[in-house]
Amino acid sequence: MEIPRHWRLQKQRYSLMGEECPHCSAKIFPPRDVCPECGGEAKEPYRLSGRGSVYSYTTMHSAPSDFEESLPYTIALVKLEEGPTVTAQLTDLGEREVEIGMPVEMVTRRIKEDEGKHGMLVYGYKFRPVMGSVR
Amino acid sequence: MDKVYIAGIGQTAVGEHWNRSLANLSAQAVLAAIHEAGDPQVDALYVGNLLAASASQQANLGSLIASNAGLIGVETFTAEAGEASGAAALRMGYLAVRSGYARTVLVVGVEKTTDMVGSGIDSVIAESTDYDFEAMQGLTPAALAGLLMARYMRQYDVPPDGLSALPMLAHAHAVYNPNAMYRRAISIDTYNKAAMVSDPLNMFDAAPYADGAAAVLLTSDAEIAHMSGKALVEVRASAGAVDTLALHDRPDALIFSAVTASTQKALALAGMVLQDMDIYEVWDAFSIYGVLSVEANGLAARGNGWRWIADNKDMALVTMGGNKARGFPLGAAGVYQVVETAIQLRGEAGENQVEGACNALIQAMGGPASNVITHILSRIE
Amino acid sequence: MAEEKKSSLLLKPNRRVGIIGYGAYIPMYRLPAAEIARVWGRSPKSVPIKEKAVPGMDEDTVTIGIEAARNAIARAGIDPLQLRAVWTGSESHPYAVKPSSTIIAEAVGAPAHIQAADLEFACKAGSEAMVMAIALVGSGMGNYALALGVDTAQAKPGDALEYTAAAGGAAFVIGPANESVAEIESTYSYVSDTPDFWRRAYQHYPEHGQRFTGQPAYFKHVAQAAKTMMEESGTQASDYTFAVFHQPNLKFPKKVAKSLGFKEEQIETGLLSGVIGNTYAGASPVGLTAILDIAQPGDRILMVSYGSGAGSDALDMRVTDRINERRMAAPVTADYIARRVEIDYAIYTRYRNILRMD
Repeated sequence: MEIPRHWRLQKQRYSLMGEECPHCSAKIFPPRDVCPECGGEAKEPYRLSGRGSVYSYTTMHSAPSDFEESLPYTIALVKLEEGPTVTAQLTDLGEREVEIGMPVEMVTRRIKEDEGKHGMLVYGYKFRPVMGSVR
Repeated sequence: MDKVYIAGIGQTAVGEHWNRSLANLSAQAVLAAIHEAGDPQVDALYVGNLLAASASQQANLGSLIASNAGLIGVETFTAEAGEASGAAALRMGYLAVRSGYARTVLVVGVEKTTDMVGSGIDSVIAESTDYDFEAMQGLTPAALAGLLMARYMRQYDVPPDGLSALPMLAHAHAVYNPNAMYRRAISIDTYNKAAMVSDPLNMFDAAPYADGAAAVLLTSDAEIAHMSGKALVEVRASAGAVDTLALHDRPDALIFSAVTASTQKALALAGMVLQDMDIYEVWDAFSIYGVLSVEANGLAARGNGWRWIADNKDMALVTMGGNKARGFPLGAAGVYQVVETAIQLRGEAGENQVEGACNALIQAMGGPASNVITHILSRIE
Repeated sequence: MAEEKKSSLLLKPNRRVGIIGYGAYIPMYRLPAAEIARVWGRSPKSVPIKEKAVPGMDEDTVTIGIEAARNAIARAGIDPLQLRAVWTGSESHPYAVKPSSTIIAEAVGAPAHIQAADLEFACKAGSEAMVMAIALVGSGMGNYALALGVDTAQAKPGDALEYTAAAGGAAFVIGPANESVAEIESTYSYVSDTPDFWRRAYQHYPEHGQRFTGQPAYFKHVAQAAKTMMEESGTQASDYTFAVFHQPNLKFPKKVAKSLGFKEEQIETGLLSGVIGNTYAGASPVGLTAILDIAQPGDRILMVSYGSGAGSDALDMRVTDRINERRMAAPVTADYIARRVEIDYAIYTRYRNILRMD
């Protein structure tokens, strides 16, 4: 049961909490000890907006354990508007074709059960095509 | 600093060895290498392995292998660098001999992917990715390669069968490698009809996970080196380089900068250039990795690696089937590379023989070039 | 003397409060009722609604609540660190023990110093969270409280309730009246021990009392709550621009509205069950969000929920000048309703985990 591990990452997984480098203002996700842009110490929390676009995507037909029930699913590299890129599943695609460059927005969804129906529920970020408006 | 010679080699066939253990597979390779060199005293045993602690619940492999193979008096530990663990162990052996610290060293790469069945093994193999932010999203190494392949093909307008050349070449060579897992050539039609693993990556774009063990005996002692009676092969250089672990942290995901860095360091140490190489054992865990490696090594301009592979006549690639057709025993693959290259440089590759092969560059990768380890080998007599 | 005693029936806080932000979320999948009828060999003419909203495989009460809450907080325009309470009402909390409210609180950026709890009272679990939030802010214990009503309702396959058991939810940030988009005039709650619909622990599906769920249950409590609310407030149906009632189908809310003197035009904006089904604890709350999406300053709204077991919460509110400037900060409920992908019964069984996998 990996509960401490999932608990430790809640802020990153639920709300894309990353960092802002106090030296060069770069936005960093996921958080790390050293800024990848300027090499300075990075620590200030910064919440990313979740808006971004698809850099690449692939539909998986073979999954690791705990994910098989959702096959097939599409996973993407999403370039966030603040700069960092994240790896995440796409969701709520419906009939829609994914395209490289497609604008997407972050939603919080159920990622998996930690070891089946007795274990804890792991929630985290996925991305969906930006919702249209009837207005 | 001392020279590093290959005094003996050994390998098992690559496949699904349901009834053989890690210890048993290693013993076959290790004993073959030692016997070929006339049973010298071995100072150290370095093990390359990725999955055993998770998939077989077995760590401390050095002790396991040494006990089982009757290796007394050795020092030992396992080197791990993702799928490049075998090359990491080779590097360790090279450094031990080159530094003069050890005289004769065994390097063994061993992997068992079949002690566990079902999706559990896919989760274990995903350990070479960033668990918290890649694997936890449901990603596998094949999906990572799929993401790269999708982007590459779109960015450079590559036709759907554009990456088929490397897998087809690998299969053609494996026909003449008695230890290979798949010994049938494939046609473009077979490639085009293959099932998708992680769209657009199909079954022939991905090397099959398998079991196997390969070993090489390194020595600085010229007498031991000559015991086999075979042509003398020297490990000329060894170098590693690292890139970000997660693919999403790369400034440009399609640039394998660790490949460039590792190759350049190795070439500089050997005092050679890439064009000196008769053989380039490119890392073909996925066909896209072969393409991006070729570009990163400057053999083709960005976006043209796939064409270079199809048209190339300068360098021999995947000469004994590569990871794709010889089979991909993960942490052992890096040692299979050096064993196969030694066979080539000794002139014993039969139908696969690269005529007049003298110099070879072999390269292994952990993840999508997150960790790249390169060796240069030369025949010297 | 008698008059004073009677006026204490309304639950009114000492401090004036209101809804300062609201939001909804409806999943995108729709299962037509005619498709359910087909599977069970019934006439498509006998179905109670057109279609219902079905959650995707990666959705549950928590994820729906998170998006509804984010929308509410966006409209409220407050820093979530100012929240002092998070209360989530549902009959489909993902855990039997471990609150949805703490997960939602963490995800929306609420601080650690909040009151938090999960509520259950069948379909009125959301409206009672609202009443509690009104009480917390109204008593001066805190300035901002978040109340949610969310469900991913599960019905026994083949049962009449399968046509309507749906998924969706709404969230409300309650705060001081002078910051609100809708000021709360008063609330009133009416409950009794009425066993019309229940689910025993460890049972998958609820049981219901068939026709007993009508007159002695839904109609009695909704009508009584509405009547007492209006009597105590000195109002009648025509004083309200909009009314929204708990909507397990279309027939019940229309019937109770008519019996109370409300016209079709007053209830049609908030009556969504025809196109999204019964979102249980989300039902009248989501209906309320649809009303707030188009209401104008000065409009008066009556909301009456109903929860089996049984009880009703009535809320009387008046829209303020602030509604027009705050409504655009998040998607409107119609945006979610328009986002629609039709599925068949087979896909539905996969999404709702009805298949025996082991």
